[in-house]
Amino acid sequence: MIYAGHIHAGPVETWATILTVAATAVAGDVLTAGAMRRIGDLDLIRAKAGLTGAIRAVTSSPMFLLGVLSMAASFFSLLFTLSNVEVSLAAPASASLTFLGNAFAAKIFLKENVDRRRWLAALFVCAGVFLLAK
Amino acid sequence: MKHTLSPQRYLILLAVMLTASVGDTLLSHGMTQVGPVTLARMGMLLAALRNPWVITGILCLLGFFASYLTALSWADLTFVLPSTAFGYVVVALLSKFWLHETISPYRWAGILLIVCGVGFVANGPSLTTHEPQHAVQEPAPEGEGAVTGGTR
Repeated sequence: MIYAGHIHAGPVETWATILTVAATAVAGDVLTAGAMRRIGDLDLIRAKAGLTGAIRAVTSSPMFLLGVLSMAASFFSLLFTLSNVEVSLAAPASASLTFLGNAFAAKIFLKENVDRRRWLAALFVCAGVFLLAK
Repeated sequence: MKHTLSPQRYLILLAVMLTASVGDTLLSHGMTQVGPVTLARMGMLLAALRNPWVITGILCLLGFFASYLTALSWADLTFVLPSTAFGYVVVALLSKFWLHETISPYRWAGILLIVCGVGFVANGPSLTTHEPQHAVQEPAPEGEGAVTGGTR
């Protein structure tokens, strides 16, 4: 367990907190994406039921709410991580891992067709985000 | 079945990229004016909500979430996410030209990698279909690539 005030966490704690941030972020992204896929095309819903109808369709989905909860968990675990791990490692590492994790999770849970092009995109973006923070 | 996006939908993806990065930059600018927020001084967060930069930043991020959800309702997560990553490039360019920060060679390399990554998916189909008879991995038609180039 890490307590705020330990500015330099050990490697196990460092990567455990970074992995937690990435895992909750991936859960959030996959759950919201899955919810949106179930709800259907928002443009069509808005055309039929108006903006309030579209908002009601989204916010009444338990999967969406679970996704938002995961995103909130990811945000707070990022704050926690930033109080223990240097921002120059924590922010790019968690963002990069989130991109890669999302490609795997989208293939497994959302059954998306992650072809070579999309794997390459995930890898390039992952490396790019890491370099951007240098 | 091929899924190509209408110009209106490319505009939504553009909104996803721009609102996230502009919102973050506005929040960052506003919070430097507000000063550091600590657990002992949580009231500062309420003060931050009166800062016009922070308010505009929050409005931008609300716009981001709305356009992100809209995009996810008609496109794959692995298609939309690289587009959101393009926002990092916009932030880097904004920080160079608006906040006058310097961009290191590493950052330029990162920008280049992200642009390439976004280019890879932008040329492909936007949505996976699960009809067993149809192959989804067809090469993109020329017209689609042209539209994609226009949105960058």
